Amino acid sequence: MKRRIFMLGAAALTAAMGLAASVTAQAEDKLKVGFVYIGPPGDFGWTYQHDQGRKAIEEALGDKVETTFLENVPEGGDSERAIERLARSGHGLIFTTSFGYMDPTLKVAKKFPKVKFEHATGYKRADNVTTYSSRFYEGRYLLGQIAARESKKGVAGYIASFPIPEVIRGINAFVLGAQSVNPDFKLKVVWVNTWFDPGKEADAAKTLVDQGVDIITQHTDSTAAMQVAAERGIKAFGQASDMIEFGKETQLTSIIDNWDDYYIARTKAVLDGSWKSEETWGGMADEMVHIAPFTNMADETKAEAEKTMAAIKSKEFHPFTGPIMKQDGSVWLKEGEVADDGTLLGMNFYVKGVDDKFPQ
Amino acid sequence: MAIELIKRKNPSKVISMVSPFIALAVTLIAGVLIFLALGKNPINGLYSFFIEPLTEAWSVHELIIKAVPLVLIAVGLSVCFRSGNWNIGAEGQFIIGAMAGSILPIMMHDLQSPIILPLMLIMGFAGGALFGLIPAYLKNKFGTNEILTSLMLVYVAQLFLDWMVRGPWKNPEGFNFPESRAFHEFAVLPEMMSSGRANWGAVIAVIAVVIFAVLLGKTLKGFEIKVIGESERAGKFAGFDAKKMTIFAFLISGGLAGLAGLIEVAGAIQQMRPVISPGYGFTAIIVAFLGRLNPLGILAAGLVLALTYLGGEAAQISLGISDKVVRVFQGLLLFFVLLSDTFINYQVRFDNPWKNKQLDQAHVDSKKVGAE
Amino acid sequence: MIENILLTVVTAATPFLIAAIGELIVERSGVLNLGVEGMMIMGAVFAFMAAQVTGNPYVGIIAGIIAGGAFSLIFGFLTITMVSNQVATGLALTILGLGFAGMVGESFVGLPGIKLEAISIPFLSDIPVIGRLLFGQDVIVYISFALVVGTLWFLFKTHAGLTLRSVGDNPSAAHALGISVSKVRYLAVLFGGSCAGLAGAYLSLVYVPQWTEGMTAGRGWIALALVVFASWRPERIILGAYLFGAVTIAQFHAQAVGISVPSQLLSALPYIATIVVLILISRNRRLTLINTPASLGKQFVPDR
Repeated sequence: MKRRIFMLGAAALTAAMGLAASVTAQAEDKLKVGFVYIGPPGDFGWTYQHDQGRKAIEEALGDKVETTFLENVPEGGDSERAIERLARSGHGLIFTTSFGYMDPTLKVAKKFPKVKFEHATGYKRADNVTTYSSRFYEGRYLLGQIAARESKKGVAGYIASFPIPEVIRGINAFVLGAQSVNPDFKLKVVWVNTWFDPGKEADAAKTLVDQGVDIITQHTDSTAAMQVAAERGIKAFGQASDMIEFGKETQLTSIIDNWDDYYIARTKAVLDGSWKSEETWGGMADEMVHIAPFTNMADETKAEAEKTMAAIKSKEFHPFTGPIMKQDGSVWLKEGEVADDGTLLGMNFYVKGVDDKFPQ
Repeated sequence: MAIELIKRKNPSKVISMVSPFIALAVTLIAGVLIFLALGKNPINGLYSFFIEPLTEAWSVHELIIKAVPLVLIAVGLSVCFRSGNWNIGAEGQFIIGAMAGSILPIMMHDLQSPIILPLMLIMGFAGGALFGLIPAYLKNKFGTNEILTSLMLVYVAQLFLDWMVRGPWKNPEGFNFPESRAFHEFAVLPEMMSSGRANWGAVIAVIAVVIFAVLLGKTLKGFEIKVIGESERAGKFAGFDAKKMTIFAFLISGGLAGLAGLIEVAGAIQQMRPVISPGYGFTAIIVAFLGRLNPLGILAAGLVLALTYLGGEAAQISLGISDKVVRVFQGLLLFFVLLSDTFINYQVRFDNPWKNKQLDQAHVDSKKVGAE
Repeated sequence: MIENILLTVVTAATPFLIAAIGELIVERSGVLNLGVEGMMIMGAVFAFMAAQVTGNPYVGIIAGIIAGGAFSLIFGFLTITMVSNQVATGLALTILGLGFAGMVGESFVGLPGIKLEAISIPFLSDIPVIGRLLFGQDVIVYISFALVVGTLWFLFKTHAGLTLRSVGDNPSAAHALGISVSKVRYLAVLFGGSCAGLAGAYLSLVYVPQWTEGMTAGRGWIALALVVFASWRPERIILGAYLFGAVTIAQFHAQAVGISVPSQLLSALPYIATIVVLILISRNRRLTLINTPASLGKQFVPDR
């Protein structure tokens, strides 16, 4: 009897090892593409859109690739291990999709020179580390224009997450867009200090409505603000994904993070050997910033929005074109001067017209 | 059917030896069922979870990195819990310790010398200990419940760190992103071997385990902790001061949590961030109980729990299961271990209600603690 | 405008209020269940799923209550029947709950929910300002008011309430009097779990009618703090929950009108306030003895 149990155990162990070995062997034919997510794909926001990109790779290159992801990976001590595990388990291309993964990505990349790494929203690169991000501010400018045309009260509300340059840039672009239509347009900013807390986002949205805004835009991930806007009968912009389902008569448009094309292109580049380390900061022209259909607005607003969109797409127009003054009234950009990417990437000041004290 | 617990005269040595294995076996069975329910090969799943992370050197290093904070905090908590003091705020002490030690590399970063690291370790311990003394002081002075004050202070610590990293400690060259400057080389805990990134924090943890295993098991202090923990009144008769013990317990547990925090930021992270702990202070409470408040047991429990985190990632990759499954699995493992520990101190009898009368006669003074 | 702001405060406060009332009863019986967050998220996900499948939010409410209650029985079995450590078991319950809810709810992400509509009580809801506030709410808010009054009456006016308190204060004495400590504690834990489940249902059916992973976002932990803040008195829980909700909302309003205070400081205030309250009530020996369940967090092990 004892012997038999031992045999069974041994058989199980052999089977386990065999299976594990077969998993590794199988992978060698296909390119394995790995993703590290800060949240769950079920957030219907930031991580959800990255996961859509992962699925797009599988759809487009299904027979040549295999994708895996690690979700809810905290920034800090754990992320380096998660990235290294992907690198060690035969992944040839790894996307790390949160700013806090920057240094860990570089550390692991140093150890695995043959593996290609792509880090979202960071600024440090290496021979095998590319950075990529989107010029969401292009969309924000457009949103500002639409808001100024559609708002009856001339006040919009902005639900902001954390005062990092990307969010500051979005607020500035929105205000510049709005004031290009209505120089007296006001923006009320509320900081919620979270990327994702549906309850808090809803509270902030209600606060803004009670403060008299009639259009809400957000730089947080959930659909809560859209639902509040729908309930209170005002208009709102979606964020990260198309939120039209949550506000059929409410959503004006939505800035959609579209990683699909970029992810497919980069995966193809690895497959055909043309992958190089670069810095991608793509906007509307590259389809990285995707604008959802214009809905619930006047035809004239729609036409103007389409015009601005075309101008931004053709690079005829840059949202940060002078004259632009800083909040304190000092000159930032002279007439006709266009902001350089360096300043935009580290933006830590408001432009004139933002009705909020700069958070320190 | 009723379940009846009968307290053993002495904790069962046999069961205390085998109960972790029973718990593991039940967990494995549960694991097989979960994997089958998800349509995954259970052998593959269990292999990923419990064996794969141990098959490579680098992964063992990672296991150590993950276990060090858990073990260090839990060892401190074992002193605290044994003495009947309930420190639930190790997470906060972890954060404050890390912050205290980070003062040197962040605020005085021109000061670069080999003396920095030892100073940081001392400041880390001191910071955690001082923060831990708040609930201890409040308990002694006003009789406030330390479970609740220490828990509240966790949130205060988290928000304080958040504010510091977004404000005064923000890296001047960091493009306004919420993180401190990177620690310079003298402020980083060196790695032990070239095969992975485990640092000398592991040795500190092992030393702490040994010191407290001796202190709790072989010294008068250990006896004092035990007596006061079992009954304050008995402690008084023996001439022990419960208030002094509260101070001592929080000093040690806060200090070790602070030290763990410092080791985490000076080792694995190497800078300050708005969030530096994925809940180590809370997980360590579980580790402390899994290890039965015994430093050697805690060492083993810390490693096992760390293994489930690593195994969870391995399973996400090799099987494509979500990390939700991993957390369910962890939760079940903890339940089974907690459950099996009951058998050490109690005999458990499943009663048939129809036979109850006879049994009640036989156990007149054994009292039911059961669910009807 | 004032009316609308107050309505927002009610919405923000209701989940805290309900979960904290439940935990209060649990703690009054001498049991500390740190798994509120886990039970709450179970309530949220099952309420949302049931409402989606049946198209009826009231079925969702019932599902949320049952889910929270059933989940709490796991905790009850471990800590009461098997006398496992309450702190560790509660923490494990939260881990399990967050994982399990995410797992079962995966296919319900991204669906607009069905909102539970308010039921206006005729005439009464027309009273200026307080009318809509008190009488123009949804059924869960009415339940939350009833819970406060009900627990107050139960704890201090009924024999069963006395029994519950005596079990929490001195289980051995209660046991000697022939009270089944385990039965009382099971019922208390079940009540606490059901309340947490109801609070979760409020989140996914009213607060933000949707399901997203981790949508409780730490509200269960705040409910735990509120119980202490209220020094185990139901009427003070309503005060604490509404104060907490008001501080959250007021902070946003202050920002919108341009007053800026470090938001971390504002967020920390409720916790610091709780500690101060704890000190104040603990200083008064008599108050402490009356209200704090003396056996809180300790297992009851009848000796031979």
